[in-house]
Amino acid sequence: MAIALFLAPLLLAFTALVLPARMDRSWLVPLGAAVHLALVVVALADPDPVALRGWLALDPLGRIVLPLISGLYFACSLYVPGYLSQRPEERHRIFCAALLAFLAMMTLIILSHHLGLMWVALEANTLVSAPLLYFNRNRRSLEATWKYLLIGGVGIALALLGTFFLAYSALHAGRHASLLIDDLVREAPLLSRPWLHTAFVVLFVGYGTKMGLAPMHTWKPDAYGEAPGLVGALLAGGLTSCAFLALLRFYQICAAAGQAVFARDLMVAIGLLSMAVAGVFMARQRDYKRLLAYSSVEHMGILVLGVGIGGLAMFGALLHLVVNALTKGVMFMAAGNIHRAYGSKSIDQVSGALRRVPVSGALLLAGFFAVTGSPPFGPFLSEFTILRGAIGEGRYGIAAAFLVLLFVVFVGMGGTVLAVVQGKPRDDLPETGYRDTLGMVGPPLLLLAAVTLLGVWLPPALDDALHAAAAYVEGAA
Amino acid sequence: MSAAVDPLLVLILMLNFLMLGTSRLRTAIKASAAQGVLLGVLTVAVHGSPALRPILVGAAAAAIKGLTIPGMLNTALRDAAIRREIEPYISFLSSLLLGAIATGGAVLFADHLPLAPEHRGSLLVPASLATVLSGFLILSSRRKAITQVVGYVVLENGIFAMGLTLHDAMPSLVEIGVLLDLLVAIFVIGIVINHINREFASIDAAELDTLKE
Repeated sequence: MAIALFLAPLLLAFTALVLPARMDRSWLVPLGAAVHLALVVVALADPDPVALRGWLALDPLGRIVLPLISGLYFACSLYVPGYLSQRPEERHRIFCAALLAFLAMMTLIILSHHLGLMWVALEANTLVSAPLLYFNRNRRSLEATWKYLLIGGVGIALALLGTFFLAYSALHAGRHASLLIDDLVREAPLLSRPWLHTAFVVLFVGYGTKMGLAPMHTWKPDAYGEAPGLVGALLAGGLTSCAFLALLRFYQICAAAGQAVFARDLMVAIGLLSMAVAGVFMARQRDYKRLLAYSSVEHMGILVLGVGIGGLAMFGALLHLVVNALTKGVMFMAAGNIHRAYGSKSIDQVSGALRRVPVSGALLLAGFFAVTGSPPFGPFLSEFTILRGAIGEGRYGIAAAFLVLLFVVFVGMGGTVLAVVQGKPRDDLPETGYRDTLGMVGPPLLLLAAVTLLGVWLPPALDDALHAAAAYVEGAA
Repeated sequence: MSAAVDPLLVLILMLNFLMLGTSRLRTAIKASAAQGVLLGVLTVAVHGSPALRPILVGAAAAAIKGLTIPGMLNTALRDAAIRREIEPYISFLSSLLLGAIATGGAVLFADHLPLAPEHRGSLLVPASLATVLSGFLILSSRRKAITQVVGYVVLENGIFAMGLTLHDAMPSLVEIGVLLDLLVAIFVIGIVINHINREFASIDAAELDTLKE
């Protein structure tokens, strides 16, 4: 079962590559997403799916992230046929194949219980996302892809170095050097402390680069700014969630070794720094897609901040992982639509989106309120939970900084988003032929409905799964 | 572990400094190739007695790091018709100095890390850390895309050397995965460089600055 979960999209990716050139292949992506979603439902029903002698498993963390990325991917996949029908046909082959391989590799990262295998999946994921970023094939997308590969490549290299350090901490302790997560967690108290600390820092930098935490975030505005909106949604909602899951696994090992405090301090510092950097660069940002990239930096910061505070905030961070990914899907697809409708992503040209493309404009506005933590949307609940967690732990300074930074981001982000949606469209705009159709606004509407629902009602099954995952990471402490 | 390990590591460290100090791209590529071959020999030397598996891995490492990748880089260099790195972000003298500080720091830092009995007194861990840092330094201080890739190769070389400490304990999948992924990563980056050549005539990554804040 676990093997089928990533082999099915991989097989369809291969099909997308070999289909004859004149055949339409954009339907393969929704098909792959639907098959994946169905397989995920079956896998969730299985109490303990394990494959390849424990190398693949669906643990309590996976039970949250896997359905999340599968659902997000499904919504995004419904957007693909409508989107591709407006784009040059000769690029469809690589784009569809890369999209499906991207899903396969995200799945493999989540299911991997072997750190080496997880690393290979991360590397493969980076490689298949390069053609997605380079889709527009112009000078700007080339620059973005170059930065993404080089900075991401360094992140991946450091992730491998950190993995070696972790293995060495076991070797030094005279244990069998295993890279299976269950072995590492079980033997964590015996691991060599200095090596474990070094490993955690290097892994944090490596996987944090893939997540886009400040100060390793510099690839993000370029990549998200130049990639198609759909790809931005999958990177900001899917890949970053997978990288965060990887970080949680290392944190889990640290916590099991009794070294949680060390890891937590680092996470709180980097979390607040990411929020602050994002706040600074969001102010007076004229490019609304880059704005979303900085919003992603901010929310990655909130995630590690929540883990760093721990306890109730850990639960809040996991809930935030879910609602942030879904909200990013809404915003990137809405921004992509507005980009298509105006042929520009700068607020120098774009205004009055509520008049020119009413549905997409409204979606961007709703997404803005959701992502900045306004009720009744899901992120309000999760950010409020993290705040309560910080106060409950007696960390008032952190709680105050968190609130101030959220406010700064709200103001900075609001300026640009309101400039996009309000006012009158300029009279000299070129006719782009874009209209809001069901194929283009249906998927983000679906995700917005989910974000709103989670803000007013947390399904008991999800609540239980989040509590189970939080206890699993913190070692049921 | 054979007695040849430390002299090999000293040579690898010297090559780091050669790459940090040279402005000639061809020299930098040659030095990275030599480093690759040395790593191949090191793989066998770390194991001590000759055995089939380390010899195979070492030969593969030497072939990929010493021949294939430098060959690709040379091709890219010929296409771009450039010879020298001009105006790096950090001058060559400063990069040498920083490299020396990084190497010293790596030795001091490695001193604080407890080593398994078989690695005590060897340069393996400090030299790999120093190589990682040197690679990072080259990568982040140079303007030309090709030199940045050379820096990345040096960084990967350092990680490979670190991996040798786990040689007996690591599963084969990771061993092979490292080499494959390195090859693929450089390959893809190479393709990107080709596109840069076609569109911009020069491969100065600093010209890719349309997206600056």
